[in-house]
Amino acid sequence: MALRMNRPNAPSTRLDRLRGATPARRHDARTIAALTGNPGCSRRAVLDAAGVDKHAVARRIGFPGSFGQSRFALARGNAFEAMLKADEGLLLLSALREVLPLDAPEVDYDDLGGEADGTRGARHARTRELLAEAAGAALIDHPLLTLDVAGQTVFLEPDLVALQVHGRLHVVEIKSFAVVDGRADGAKVSAAAVQAAVYVLALRGLLVELGHDADLVSHEAVLVCPENFALRPVAALIDVRKQLSTLRRQLNRLASVSSLIDELGEEVSFDTALPPAELIASLTRIEARYAPECLSVCELAAYCRHEAGGATAALGRPVRDALGGVPTVAQALALADGAEPQTPELAEAATLLRTAARLRAEALG
Amino acid sequence: MSTLVALARAQAQAAGRAMPIARVRHVHVHDRPLVLVPLAMAGEANAPLAAMVGAARDRPCLLAVAQPRNRDQRFAFAAELAEQVVPYLESFTGVSEAVPVDRGRDVRYRFVDAPQVWVPNAGGVDFLRLFGRSTRFRTVDGEYPVPASVPLLGRWLTFLANAAEVPGSALLPDAVRALGMHWASGQSSTEDGQIASLLAWIDPREPIADALRAAERTPPAGPATDPDFDNRVLAPLMNADPPRLDELTAALRAALTPTWELMWQALDLLRGLPPGARVATRWDGDRDAYSAFVQLLAEGGPPQPRHDSAVAAAARLSRLENAAARYAVQRAFDDPLVMAEHRLTGAAFAGTVTMSAPDRVDDTGKRPVLRPRIIVQTTEPVRVATGAALTSPARPGQKATVVSITRLPAPRAADTLVAPDAGDEPVTEVLLELSGGMGRKLVAEPGSVPQAGETLLLTTLTDSFRRPVPFPEAADTPWTHGGPPEPN
Repeated sequence: MALRMNRPNAPSTRLDRLRGATPARRHDARTIAALTGNPGCSRRAVLDAAGVDKHAVARRIGFPGSFGQSRFALARGNAFEAMLKADEGLLLLSALREVLPLDAPEVDYDDLGGEADGTRGARHARTRELLAEAAGAALIDHPLLTLDVAGQTVFLEPDLVALQVHGRLHVVEIKSFAVVDGRADGAKVSAAAVQAAVYVLALRGLLVELGHDADLVSHEAVLVCPENFALRPVAALIDVRKQLSTLRRQLNRLASVSSLIDELGEEVSFDTALPPAELIASLTRIEARYAPECLSVCELAAYCRHEAGGATAALGRPVRDALGGVPTVAQALALADGAEPQTPELAEAATLLRTAARLRAEALG
Repeated sequence: MSTLVALARAQAQAAGRAMPIARVRHVHVHDRPLVLVPLAMAGEANAPLAAMVGAARDRPCLLAVAQPRNRDQRFAFAAELAEQVVPYLESFTGVSEAVPVDRGRDVRYRFVDAPQVWVPNAGGVDFLRLFGRSTRFRTVDGEYPVPASVPLLGRWLTFLANAAEVPGSALLPDAVRALGMHWASGQSSTEDGQIASLLAWIDPREPIADALRAAERTPPAGPATDPDFDNRVLAPLMNADPPRLDELTAALRAALTPTWELMWQALDLLRGLPPGARVATRWDGDRDAYSAFVQLLAEGGPPQPRHDSAVAAAARLSRLENAAARYAVQRAFDDPLVMAEHRLTGAAFAGTVTMSAPDRVDDTGKRPVLRPRIIVQTTEPVRVATGAALTSPARPGQKATVVSITRLPAPRAADTLVAPDAGDEPVTEVLLELSGGMGRKLVAEPGSVPQAGETLLLTTLTDSFRRPVPFPEAADTPWTHGGPPEPN
């Protein structure tokens, strides 16, 4: 390990150079969760591993996206969380009791508070301390956990961790989207589940470090949302095992990103001080896998979409599949027109496309 | 996605404009539709921010909420929306017609027309469903009284949102979906979700790249607003003391007007397509649903429940499944371009009749029956089995049973009537026996049996009426669905 650290191309040095003078963009549960979105994309893997500010790069090369969050949404989220945590989490506890057997009448409430970076070390230490005790039922607010992402230690701040009497820990996610008559927006619930999985993973890592069993952290996270159209909280258990395995796979892949980076030349850099043409040249050195779903989750998507113009995948995965997996629109249209397939693998697609074109022409009359 | 639609998308991408994927219009477009574009407040649970509503393109009515977090203002908005929407919804109860039921032994009545509310996208339907849920249980007395029109609006919106789940219903259509059924754009379906960008492909008024850039600058069609708009425009106006109402109204009007215009543009485009033959039949079903709901309201029935009971849910699911199957078949029968998708998968094939025996009588049974036989030759894949019952859209009342299928060893394009463009595709010969749709005599009515030389399309899809399977009586309902417990 020591040897590796001394090599000039040791991952972190190399990653720092990729990023240039710009400070590293910090990961949080949201960005880690986003990594599971398009695992096949090397470009995203490298840029995220290096902590490159993708939004800044996108702006610099002329593809600014709109990735803001509405003040109204933030305000409501904060109001809901503050309401739940008031009076040492009185309201939150009553919601949690509905889904967890918190049989003790009194539950300790430990707020590790503080948003400032300066207290991070102390908060992490205190989190460890509290978890090591792992005795009575308690709510730990603002704990600080760490997770290794592509060789870097990333700090994570779950909304809260509930400590249950029987010694099992449950991650609690507070979200401000509504659950109406027991139903909520599926996309929002699954995003919350992935974020909860990130915390479960980090918490398990910490407990193993402390010499405990990883299974002390339940794979059932608790989602707390406002019920119906008021702010009254309602809690639900969500099983995040599937999200956990996806996440582990993706984090392992990120760890191997160093080999990808080693192959990059010295000239590849994402320093936002560089002229746009050089940034674009660097981007083209790493292969992207653009899909329309990227548009809502990746800051670089508008650029990648531009770059993928003419690819069948840019029309969506189902379109590409329905065209027999032919990679470009031009090729698909040529095959439909009767062109000879260039490779034997395309023969089947060619027959399908020719038939489709004939039927379409006939039906259009 | 079918390969035909995918191919159309590829063609659209290359051509820079949308490609048709339907020859006829599959959705009923009302002469006097109501257009409703709702906007919601970000972060809140379905709090309305504004709506643009009206049945006339040149007279949009803007409703706005100065402070969506205030419940009184929310319900004042609901009352205003009710004033705009409910009279429209109730305006089709003037004239009714008699419909024979039970083979003409009885008669029921339904209104000759029904309302049609257009929203921009699926999000608009969801917004109305939730808004219906938040208003239909409100009461005119108690702690938070509301005007009587508010719960009534809630029940109407719930009715419309439930209808929108029924495949083929046109009471609450969304424009993006309706357009996407008839045109394939050269972008992904994710991007099609914005009506401005979809219309840029369908009705380009400038080169596609410019049209798409213009579409990106168009405010979103809702119900979600642009976060930038929230932060930079709405928040300062709302948080000012006192709130700057005039400016707020103007900002919301500016955010909604482009979508309002696009909605009417979409309606014009859809009206330009000839309606499919079975569109009117489906609208009849919508009129039935509307008439039944009006009657329920008149009888003072309760608001729709939060959850269906187990039995009601099972019955509803069964109705939805039947409607989906029927809708898919009807679209294929109405539209050769949709039928082409089934031909590609082998659920339908077109061929030429090479032999026709129209007077063949089967007298092996108790009494002789007319059972003509025909042979159809095709170069298309035939993925049906012997004994399968096929139908032809040209003669939907006639059943063609597959007697035998012969794959001919060598192409015989030269001496048969197979289309000349068949090339060296393998030829299949299908022998079929016909029944039904030929009159009651032992001689077929003229034109009811396909003749040699006729081009014929045959499919495994069938449009014939299937009687729904009845659900068990309450006493026989299993305990899983709320029936009586099993005796030990």
